[in-house]
Amino acid sequence: MSHQPVRPGRSDPKDFLAIDALLDDDERLIRDTVREFVADRILPGIADWFEAGRFPKELALEMGKLGLLGMHLDGYGCAGTSNVAYGLACTELEYGDSGTRSFVSVQGSLSMFPIHAFGSEEQKQEWLPRMAAGEVIGCFGLTEADAGSDPSSMRTHARRQGGDWVINGSKMWITSGGIADVAIVWAQTDEGIRGFIVPTDTAGFVANDIHHKMSLRASVTSELVLTDVRLPESFMLPDVVGMKGPLSCLNEARFGILFGVMGAARACYEAALDYAGTRIMFSKPIASFQLIQRQLVEMMIATNRGMLLAMHLGRMKDAGTLTSSHISFGKLDNVRTALEVSRTARSVLGANGITLEYPVIRHMNNLESVFTYEGTNEIHTLILGQAITGIPAFS
Amino acid sequence: MKIAVCVKQIPDPATPYALDPITHFVVRPAEQVLDDTDRYGIELGLQLAEASGGTVTLVSMSPVGNLQGIRQALAMGADKAVVVNDPALRGSGALVTARVLAAAIAREEADLVITGTESTDGYAGVVPQMIAELLDLPALTFARKVTLEGTTLKVERQTAGGYDEVEATLPALISVTSGAVEPRYPTFKGIMQAKQKPVDQPTAADLGLEPATVGAAGSGQVISEVRPAPERSGGVKIKDEGEAHLEIVKLLERAKVI
Repeated sequence: MSHQPVRPGRSDPKDFLAIDALLDDDERLIRDTVREFVADRILPGIADWFEAGRFPKELALEMGKLGLLGMHLDGYGCAGTSNVAYGLACTELEYGDSGTRSFVSVQGSLSMFPIHAFGSEEQKQEWLPRMAAGEVIGCFGLTEADAGSDPSSMRTHARRQGGDWVINGSKMWITSGGIADVAIVWAQTDEGIRGFIVPTDTAGFVANDIHHKMSLRASVTSELVLTDVRLPESFMLPDVVGMKGPLSCLNEARFGILFGVMGAARACYEAALDYAGTRIMFSKPIASFQLIQRQLVEMMIATNRGMLLAMHLGRMKDAGTLTSSHISFGKLDNVRTALEVSRTARSVLGANGITLEYPVIRHMNNLESVFTYEGTNEIHTLILGQAITGIPAFS
Repeated sequence: MKIAVCVKQIPDPATPYALDPITHFVVRPAEQVLDDTDRYGIELGLQLAEASGGTVTLVSMSPVGNLQGIRQALAMGADKAVVVNDPALRGSGALVTARVLAAAIAREEADLVITGTESTDGYAGVVPQMIAELLDLPALTFARKVTLEGTTLKVERQTAGGYDEVEATLPALISVTSGAVEPRYPTFKGIMQAKQKPVDQPTAADLGLEPATVGAAGSGQVISEVRPAPERSGGVKIKDEGEAHLEIVKLLERAKVI
């Protein structure tokens, strides 16, 4: 084996470990395309959308045209990319904002994925091409006001009446609920938990948006209320019964999150690095001070480490060796890491760090939601605890 | 309708260019990107092809490297690419480049040739007109707006003071400015399909060009010396004692800015 000497010299401060070299040509081109889309279409407006509490719904069609929606699914108008490519797209979207990444996660992983995985051929033909195009917006109704970390305790139920199903109940904290054309609603039935494709214009379906949020403000979060919502049998997802239906969707979305949050972390680190290099105090840039350098280095290490973890898990998913507990490892560690990076960056930016002129406090506030949704830090800890001890500690 | 769009792979402008110390030619790494200004020509070609049910063929001349730049262009939606790839072409000047591209375009029997106005790594800005002359085509250059009605091409040609309205009948060549159209993003489906699209890689000889007529030798030019641009000098400092604006006006007048 030939011995390669260690080369002296500096690394790229914005890709310190040269993670770019781990991507293949398609992945790099997809990453670059989403990066450009975010720079052109999201970054210029995001501070205003966040302040106004508005999701830019008009972007849905543009995202559809690009191929972002359900991008890692095969057929039915979807691009069929690798899982790593999907993850990288999430990273770039969340470099923009966790709200826009959440929209794409909910559309592709939580709304289209269950139809793709558990739907009938007719259901796939009817819904997926229009959802991939962004013409139909989806949402995912699992969580309830009193059923969060323990979704199997849900109260929403569906009963057979003649040839129809009648659904009653309510769902809470539903991303895109108020703008959705269709909701994937999970409900108790006599057969176990089942999924239903509920067009939001069905009689008895109401979405109430949740206001006064301090996080994910450029994203719609809603309550769904279903009162005697009557649907024919053909609106039920035929191929899954039980919690494994919604949990498999969550695995898909959590995979996108463990990549996505590293985009938010990178945005915060880059903002802090740029700021520290130009902010003059005591007649020199604050990047000259040892205390600031330490903060910058900790952010840089954390961001690179998280991205390496994401890439490793992405390669495992493409190889078919990824387990749900691997995803818990990634979701738990990368979200808490990103949150810590955002708080450090906020501190480096001083008073400027609290304004929307810089991205950091927006990311910091957004990441509080990401820390909680899709399995809290505590729940993922218990999943990992069970994985290594064999003992479930949930109850 | 067959549309040929000239594109170029260039070293990533984000990283400093290296020049070969002996030949002074640009060192071309395996990884090259699509010249950003080519995206306008590709977009225009795609729009015209979509409207007429035509095809878009990319025509290029450079060491192929890993073809990343060409794939970027194919991912936008072009149907195929012809990249003249021949070590004998190294050091070709603008006229030889035009001869090679013209030969490749002639083989494609294109009805319309679209180019940018100049490349971002060479800036010669004469290749489009040379191609038109070699192919005996009308050259509609610096187009800021293009419409095609049947076989009549109408172009608003950007000038220093405004624009000219010019038209020609196909076949023709147009060079487009960056304002002409808004380039699309490559779609993910396009990116996934780009690798399957044909990339023909003829040599100069395949196009009927004698080796002696191409490359540095065929160009009849030698880059004798390359010097860094002189550092900017300090400029003029005007101390404002209430009359500084008059001094500034005088300077601007001298520079014929006002």
